[in-house]
Amino acid sequence: MSGSGEPAVVFESVTKRFGDRKVLDDVSFAVETGEALCILGRSGTGKSVTLKLMIGLLKPEKGAVKIRGQNIVDLDEDGLSKVRRQIGFLFQSAALFDSFSLNDNLELPLARMTKKSKEEIDSIIQATLDDVGLGKDRHKMPAELSGGMRKRAGLARALALDPCILLADEPNSGLDRVTSSEIDDLLLGLKEKGKTTIVIVTHDVRGARRVGDRMAVLEKGRLLAIGKAEELENHENELVRALVSEKD
Amino acid sequence: MVAIQRYLEFTGKVGLFASHAVCRAVLPPFEVRMIFRQIEEVGWKSLPLVLASGFAVGLVLTLHTRSSLLRFGAEAMIPTVQSLSFFNEIGPLIAGLLVAGRVGAGIGAELANMRVTEQIDAIEALSIDSFKLLVIPRLIACIIALPILTVFMDVAGLTGGYLVERSISHLSLPLFLEQAFSQVGWATFIPPTLKTAVFGLIIGLISSFFGYTTDEGASGVGRASTNSVVISSLLIILSDVLLVKAIFFLFPDSAI
Repeated sequence: MSGSGEPAVVFESVTKRFGDRKVLDDVSFAVETGEALCILGRSGTGKSVTLKLMIGLLKPEKGAVKIRGQNIVDLDEDGLSKVRRQIGFLFQSAALFDSFSLNDNLELPLARMTKKSKEEIDSIIQATLDDVGLGKDRHKMPAELSGGMRKRAGLARALALDPCILLADEPNSGLDRVTSSEIDDLLLGLKEKGKTTIVIVTHDVRGARRVGDRMAVLEKGRLLAIGKAEELENHENELVRALVSEKD
Repeated sequence: MVAIQRYLEFTGKVGLFASHAVCRAVLPPFEVRMIFRQIEEVGWKSLPLVLASGFAVGLVLTLHTRSSLLRFGAEAMIPTVQSLSFFNEIGPLIAGLLVAGRVGAGIGAELANMRVTEQIDAIEALSIDSFKLLVIPRLIACIIALPILTVFMDVAGLTGGYLVERSISHLSLPLFLEQAFSQVGWATFIPPTLKTAVFGLIIGLISSFFGYTTDEGASGVGRASTNSVVISSLLIILSDVLLVKAIFFLFPDSAI
């Protein structure tokens, strides 16, 4: 992690409600540029909501969400669109467009968001798919892919525009340990290149400890703890210790 | 009281959705590729259903009108009655209802499924306007495809009618066509055919509304699909009443 300059992502006293239910309650933290932060917590504690707030798919009732210094809470669609171009999002279900081939899934953002020629787009698609090990599956439909391949395809699409921030929502969920480890390798490789800030929501402690520089623990919408794995292992809160412990 | 409130809420939401669609439809970029893709989905893939239904309705209608007109010794009018009833009402209405069933359910379910599986969120996350990419092309495709499908419906209906006449009274094709088109003018063909563009607008708008705005899980997909068909069909029939009155007012020749 570089840790220099302005943080890539800042949450300032963010509160988010769905009806009467408070999903996030006064949450504040920052993710430095080039850092990998893993957010852990029990189901329904607001982890995925945190990611969606970072990309402006949801708006908080209170507080500020800053991406590279810019508060995105009050931005209009055009402003949000500019911010989103800097962010790649890997959804929990991969969210591939099921009526498009893998090639078209990657071509869609490249053709619309860049002014690159057809040949350049083709070579970027091939290179990105090669990076995630799907170079030979370029013309397959999402329905023809396994769970792990779908996750890798989702990651390829998220990386197609070469974002400076990658948000990954449970990249290992529903995968066996080997496939899960392959996804972690890809994220680790990305981190080692040093220019991408990564925020991962996960239940997989092993992967989180491997990929993450720091971990954050959410519980009932509140940030219980944030820090390095070794620090959180000795945290005063039992839930924090349990969530970051590698022991089953 | 609650039902009225819900009805007003629904009407308001659909109205906002429609105004949003109109504003987005006239602003670039225009999703030409997606529009052609949707015209294929809505038009080309509905063609077998429309042709088969039109043919069957043409057969049955001729058999029924034949027995009725025979009582008055007016069987020579069968081709005329059939063409007028098809061009004026049966073709447009049945084409509208068939497409509402096939396409309305498809659009409602597809968009709702995309919402539930976060595909719409993924489009937004890629800085792409999901409304423009998903809703506008479907809307335009429905508006363009419906009048074309109606023409095919009319042709299939007349073909069915001719085959019945041919088998029973050995009527020749030129004579059948001459009788069928003797009372048909532009005013009895163009306005009723073009009114199906309004049916297309209703199908595209209602089914996209239910699919795009669903916020429930898997059950929401089924509900969006059912609501799309039910509300589209109902609005097609209701709007038909108003459109027929409007056509009679604007084109008095068609109200003979």
